[in-house]
Amino acid sequence: MSELYDIIIVGGGPAGLAAGVYGSRSRLKTVILQKGTPGGQAATTEELENYPGFPRGTKGPELMKAMADHAESFGTEILNEEVVDLDLDGDIKVVRTKSGKEYQSKIVILAPGASPRTLDIKGEQEFRGKGVSYCATCDADFFEDLDVVVVGNGDAAIEEAIYLTKFAETVTIIVIHDEGILDCNKVSAEKAFANPKIKWVWNSVLEEIQGDGLVERVLIKNIKTGEISELETNGVFFFVGTVPNTEFLKGKVKLDDRGYIITNDKMETSVPGVYAAGDARVKYLRQVITAASDGAIAAFAAEKYLAEEETFREQVLKADKPVMVAFWAPQVEESIAAIGELERIADKLGDSVKLVKMDTYRNQRVASRYGIKEIPSLLLFNKGEVAVKIAGSMSEEKILPHLYARIKSK
Amino acid sequence: MIEVDKTNFEEEVLKAEGLVVVDFWSPKCEPCKELMPHVAKLAEKYQGKAKFCKLDTAANRRLAISQKVLGLPTIAFYKNGEKVAELTQEVTVEDVEAKLNELV
Repeated sequence: MSELYDIIIVGGGPAGLAAGVYGSRSRLKTVILQKGTPGGQAATTEELENYPGFPRGTKGPELMKAMADHAESFGTEILNEEVVDLDLDGDIKVVRTKSGKEYQSKIVILAPGASPRTLDIKGEQEFRGKGVSYCATCDADFFEDLDVVVVGNGDAAIEEAIYLTKFAETVTIIVIHDEGILDCNKVSAEKAFANPKIKWVWNSVLEEIQGDGLVERVLIKNIKTGEISELETNGVFFFVGTVPNTEFLKGKVKLDDRGYIITNDKMETSVPGVYAAGDARVKYLRQVITAASDGAIAAFAAEKYLAEEETFREQVLKADKPVMVAFWAPQVEESIAAIGELERIADKLGDSVKLVKMDTYRNQRVASRYGIKEIPSLLLFNKGEVAVKIAGSMSEEKILPHLYARIKSK
Repeated sequence: MIEVDKTNFEEEVLKAEGLVVVDFWSPKCEPCKELMPHVAKLAEKYQGKAKFCKLDTAANRRLAISQKVLGLPTIAFYKNGEKVAELTQEVTVEDVEAKLNELV
């Protein structure tokens, strides 16, 4: 068993690293568990031109190294550990890694990221590492003076295709859409159209990859005519989207039907104290900047959560006298009147009881934990346990007997 | 780990007796750089049972392609100069050790 962390971050891409910066800068004991070198997909993206403040020429690996150094400079630990199992339900979360270690924390931020999607085209598996690749930075220099094919037409596909032209003789991009239509951003599209090494095959999909030991040719199918043509090539790069790395989270937090983690805008998952950030989350735009943004929000929300939990523990659960916890909301008039009544009662009894007000508009967690359905409601805590639950309007007749019983019993 | 290139690959790998593990990598390949320190530890652990080499494919492209390596990272296993097994892309050190135990 390791020492207790405030925050365990699962995954060291931009989301996890940003969460590390914010977490450790709030003086929370923060660790990132990351399989291998930090940086995630961005660390294998050569050209990274759209992270504000980092102009053209910025390289993915460099930016990610800077983020990792930044997080470590505030005290974030980054450990080379692959998370395989988690126990998220209790107040103390337990995270188990492939190396057999166990880590404990009060908060878990899930930032496992995503991986390139495979299409299961005939030959795709067989020729992995034999010309089929998902990582241009890893493999581009093999293809100096050779011909390659790129499948896909989003940002990643077009930008990596442009990068590949620095090495390959020709780069043929297979696009499913009509001529001239690409899913990528306009700047990259213009650059690609102007690049003499890039060739285009429109209205088409890759049908099969063939070769003898290494990739030698591909079969391309025109989806309008159904016609199949053959193209000689030495490599095939796939950039056809990603899938979330959330297999190990099934049954632990709520996922959507494609496996992405569902959160609200505070990055809270379906489990209290567990947050998610980055590409593995259900979201509109998956980029380095939005991943970093998620990480910042998750760590900030986590800090607030820890502070609220700590306050509740100190003021209510560890109190040495009976505590009235009043659940109210600014938009419920009846609850404001109830608070007034409870304040009068607390004044009357002086030091022997305590009143703690819970604004359920700002914090629903404690209310839902204790099954509060009606506002106003009152929980009377004694020695850290709920002694009485009262819902609806508050009055001396309803409340005082319970209080006197507890005060006397002391 | 022994650094191999076109000048000594034949001597160190193809003409070597017993088991030789070759880690194909390049300076631009982040997953390769992440894997290599772990492979280096295996090299210590399996000292005397297998020889460990590393090959920079960026500087030895033709040699890599002659070994039918066209993607990184690739870990190739040679026995008496014959390639007997290969792991490529998304390689973990656990995979490497499992394969090693199979072949040792």
